[in-house]
Amino acid sequence: MSEIISSVVAHYNYWIYIALMMIGLYAVIGKKNLIKKIIGVNIFQTAIILFYVSIGAKKGATIPIIHHGPGGGHHETTASVIEASQYMNPLPHVLMLTAIVVAVATLGVALALAIKVYNQYGTLEEDEILSRIRVR
Amino acid sequence: MKFLGIIVVVITGALLVYTTGDFPSWSDPASPASTHVSPHYIEKGMHETAAPNIVTAVLADYRGFDTLFETTVVFCAGVVCFFLLRIPGRSPFTECQYRHKATGITVRVKHDRKMSGSFGEFERIDTLWTPHDLIIQTACRILIPFIQLFALYVIAHGHHSPGGGFQGGVILGASIILLAISHDLRTALDRLGEKAHAILCSVGVLVYAGTGAVCMVLGFNFLDYGALARILHVDPVMARSHGILVVEVGVGLAVMAALIWIYSNVSSRGNYDEGL
Repeated sequence: MSEIISSVVAHYNYWIYIALMMIGLYAVIGKKNLIKKIIGVNIFQTAIILFYVSIGAKKGATIPIIHHGPGGGHHETTASVIEASQYMNPLPHVLMLTAIVVAVATLGVALALAIKVYNQYGTLEEDEILSRIRVR
Repeated sequence: MKFLGIIVVVITGALLVYTTGDFPSWSDPASPASTHVSPHYIEKGMHETAAPNIVTAVLADYRGFDTLFETTVVFCAGVVCFFLLRIPGRSPFTECQYRHKATGITVRVKHDRKMSGSFGEFERIDTLWTPHDLIIQTACRILIPFIQLFALYVIAHGHHSPGGGFQGGVILGASIILLAISHDLRTALDRLGEKAHAILCSVGVLVYAGTGAVCMVLGFNFLDYGALARILHVDPVMARSHGILVVEVGVGLAVMAALIWIYSNVSSRGNYDEGL
């Protein structure tokens, strides 16, 4: 029993991202409103971002900005040797930094498409749109 | 459909939960993600690029191609919103409402599309107009310059502190969007017009790609900022730091313009007349 608990505690970041991802996936599949689907896609995206950022964490490490001395020049470090274990993994941060901005931009495109659909069919409900397409 | 959806979601979740046992534990320093390329970035990044913020160094230098095309994606999103929604002057005549500031009387005028705007004692108002809150307008007017100043700091100081082109660009864009929300869309468009959005967005991507092209002209690889040492008269490591700054400015311009472009198209449904 204690093994299971310790395993859950050691992996709880994955559990959170899976829960968020399931919420997003359900919104995409189960909801009929296009705006709710877009929100679902965004929750899904947030889950992936959380997954990546949690991978970059290291125990006892600080943010990946090399500390430089107060007296010295801007570009000289106080410690001559930089230990990789002192700083978090910068790579997931980089990937997600761009992904967040791209997510906002693609959200704009999704909303623009939703506006076009609304102008064309007068509704954002998926089943009503399908019935109106069949009538024509 | 809903039942089927729940089944699919639960199966997917169960499969993912099943695999978590094989993943490294939370904040494990010896996890695969932290053992291959990231120690090189952390230990050598400072000596190779002279940028203490490793995230910025990796973003703009080691993974420069990735960031170039992410910026292009943001640019494309702005262009797509423009082409999907923008309605270029459907009818030359338009009906506008003007409000006399002193008495509060509203008049409806049908006139040429070109002469819309506030003049004299009359101000142009939206169809569903409510009186603007003085507190909100004043607070936003005081705040916006400081937000923009902070955004410039975030872009320019991205080497040394958390920040960079993407974050600074988003803050700059948000400050203009705040102006559009607290006043109205036309006020924001008077400050930064539609053509400026398109030009700034393209110029941002061009600055990024142009920096890479300059490196190529100087006989180095594309986006190899060490080449800039000859132009800037500094050692190649410092040249990388300066190259990162130039690129970040380009990213900031592109992101700012793209966000405002998307906002003004989506919020006004493409006619650039009445926003939210």
